[in-house]
Amino acid sequence: MTQTIMIDGRTVAFEEGQTIMEAAIAADVYILHLCHNPNYEPHGSCKLCTVKVNGRNCTACTFPAQAGQVIENQTETLNQDRKRITQMLFVEGNHFCPSCEKTGNCQLQGVGYYLKMQDNHFPHFFANREVDASHPDVLIDHNRCIFCSLCVRSSQVDDGKDVFAIGGRGLNKRLIINSKTGKLKDSDLEVNDCAAHICPTGAILIKRTAYSIPIGERIYDKQQVDEVALTRENKQHGK
Amino acid sequence: MKDFIQKQLEGNEYQSERLLTILRAIQAEFQYISEEAITLVAEGLKIERTQIVSVIEFYSFLHLTARGYYDILISDSITDYMLGKQPLMAYLSEQLGVEIGAVRADGLVSLDNTSCTGMCDQGPAGLVNGYAITQLTRARVDAIVGLVNDKTPLSQWPTEFFTVLDNVQKTNFLVTADIEQGSALKRAFQRGLTETLVELDLSGLRGRGGAGFTTAMKWKFCAEEQSETRYVVCNADEGEPGTFKDRVLLKSHAHQVFEGMTLCAAIIGAQKGFIYLRGEYLYLQEALESALEERRANGLLGQNILQQGLNFDIEIRLGAGAYICGEESALIESLEGKRGIPRNRPPYPVVSGYLNQPTVVNNVETFLAAAKIALTGGAEFAALGTEESSGTKILSICGDCTHPGIYELPFGVTVREVLELCGADEILGVQVGGPSGTFISNQELDRKIAFEDLSTGGSFIIFNQTRNIFEIAKNFTHFFAHESCGFCTPCRVGTALLKKQFDKIVDGHGSSGDVKALEELCDLVTQYSHCGLGQTAANPIIHTLKRFPELYQAQLKNISYEPGFDLDASLEVARKLSGRDDVHAHLAQVEGEA
Repeated sequence: MTQTIMIDGRTVAFEEGQTIMEAAIAADVYILHLCHNPNYEPHGSCKLCTVKVNGRNCTACTFPAQAGQVIENQTETLNQDRKRITQMLFVEGNHFCPSCEKTGNCQLQGVGYYLKMQDNHFPHFFANREVDASHPDVLIDHNRCIFCSLCVRSSQVDDGKDVFAIGGRGLNKRLIINSKTGKLKDSDLEVNDCAAHICPTGAILIKRTAYSIPIGERIYDKQQVDEVALTRENKQHGK
Repeated sequence: MKDFIQKQLEGNEYQSERLLTILRAIQAEFQYISEEAITLVAEGLKIERTQIVSVIEFYSFLHLTARGYYDILISDSITDYMLGKQPLMAYLSEQLGVEIGAVRADGLVSLDNTSCTGMCDQGPAGLVNGYAITQLTRARVDAIVGLVNDKTPLSQWPTEFFTVLDNVQKTNFLVTADIEQGSALKRAFQRGLTETLVELDLSGLRGRGGAGFTTAMKWKFCAEEQSETRYVVCNADEGEPGTFKDRVLLKSHAHQVFEGMTLCAAIIGAQKGFIYLRGEYLYLQEALESALEERRANGLLGQNILQQGLNFDIEIRLGAGAYICGEESALIESLEGKRGIPRNRPPYPVVSGYLNQPTVVNNVETFLAAAKIALTGGAEFAALGTEESSGTKILSICGDCTHPGIYELPFGVTVREVLELCGADEILGVQVGGPSGTFISNQELDRKIAFEDLSTGGSFIIFNQTRNIFEIAKNFTHFFAHESCGFCTPCRVGTALLKKQFDKIVDGHGSSGDVKALEELCDLVTQYSHCGLGQTAANPIIHTLKRFPELYQAQLKNISYEPGFDLDASLEVARKLSGRDDVHAHLAQVEGEA
């Protein structure tokens, strides 16, 4: 017998061992997320996918689906709080969408659009972060890193390398590079590595490609983040 | 250096789980962990250098750049401030000729703050090269400055500087005379292990770390997991500010704690146990190691314990300055030689803990109690306390009272009774359970210490009416921002924002909507954080705001908008750059103000 959960009043079937997020994606139900990607072990750090399970906040990408769960996802309160969490990510780093090469292709920005975020709400931290342009083909702008750790996981899983890691603690958290100098040029990263292309923001960029697609014709200029995610991630699930 | 590191690697059997131990040793020897050391350790343990760098950056006591030959850290607990820390720290900094946070130019000494070192009943306290120093006074500071400048080896410093008092003020069921070594185990084997677990269940014992999960149930769940290997972990990462009872238990009742761990091993079927000792309690390590040796010699640890076929041993692992490692899954990560990031749950440690094997993690006091209960049976313990919170609770009491120290009291005791016992009056409020616990005002003194009312891991900090609510909430709020592991957004950014928003109001830069904005932020951090740290980080603000709303409102300016910072001070850089200091180079905070 198929087991089911209920998301916003809709019955969703799940297989034993699936997380709420996996069950939702398979059923074309969008739960907002940034650090989750079906190709990798769930991380559970951005907290945007927080849903109410039987009245209690749970992280959908890591929480197992269990028969009979009543889940709230698209509620005004949750989306308002998700907007605040997104704004936290914006003020923590230094994000200037209009002048960012990634604008229109940025998932963080896409989430901001989706949540109708119109300002940063919180005071900025003006973090002093650096740009690592040492690599011939790939650039890291730490100002835009949101610590989703997708590059960390992609490098391990897809590329069989270990180029990235997360260092620091608390607000001093930072993306670190696996090389003696700490510079990208001395790491194993190559331009065709999946990890070089996975960044949901403009933190990891491929040099000399920034404007090959004009602004206005980019992913989130045309589609909402939910449509993009459901199309892409169902493909990844092999649906 | 190569030889030293080689020796450390060998001594630790090239186990990457012992990364923290190895790094602690390198830090102690060279005052930092150099590029070369990182390379050697990475090669030796066959791990990525990023794992090492990320671990160093995570723990407060490990450094990538050199600290002084004498690294002096002064405890930042609110109680240290109440005992005069601030002027003393300023004096120490001046006399040593080193800024707080800096290393002196000659590299001889460095000075910094550190989170509560667990000496709240005998502060101001601190650490010198990791070793606890207590009862700091001006005279003591003068002496320390002299010893540093004369380069006197730490081993030749006056021993009284390192004296740590037990200050046991009141005992009951648990902290009386120690049980005879091995007696609880013998009784358990004699009674039968299953029957002993029943006794433990009967006793009603719940976890003493604060969360209060039923101990017998935890052990039972772990025992029932299908696995060849199981672990027992004693959580001695007593980091909650104001808590210091585990320090006393490990100093004066270590055998009973070990006995409780061994009992747990017998019941769940574990062969290996760990004590995760907070780095601040380094000074306890030696005595604990010899107590373990003694037990091995007495056949109470090792192979075939008490000829009952039980094989079990205990290893001590030290933390390195991270409050979050008191959270059980972060503690397990740390035990594995990683950053102390709380895991996603489920699975819980009883299912998948250390090295993904079923693991029981219990507080020091829980193991101590379990040993006693195994000896006496569950009824005596259950007769004490309340229905939901049986037995006694060991409180560590500090702050404004005449007799700070350790008090073992039956659960259900009222705050008022506790205050009378320790000699406290003219109360402003009490922080029960530390910063992550509850602040109660003097209107709530009839509330009870119990899981069903005021839950506490042991911390009990008393404030009299000379104290300032904002100083207290500020100290705690800054503490959480400093200790947030940074894993999840709401806690990492949220605790830093709480600090900003709270300071803004208290420093007089808040305008009408700012208290409401603070409340909203508190809700976000509480509801969306990944673990208990974030979920309780806003408590100091929430609790004081609820009890003293008028104080918060009084801080606000009566205008609709007030810049969130000092405008004129922000122009300082521009004035310097332009070489100006005339009247037009200054800005009033509010238009029209002089």
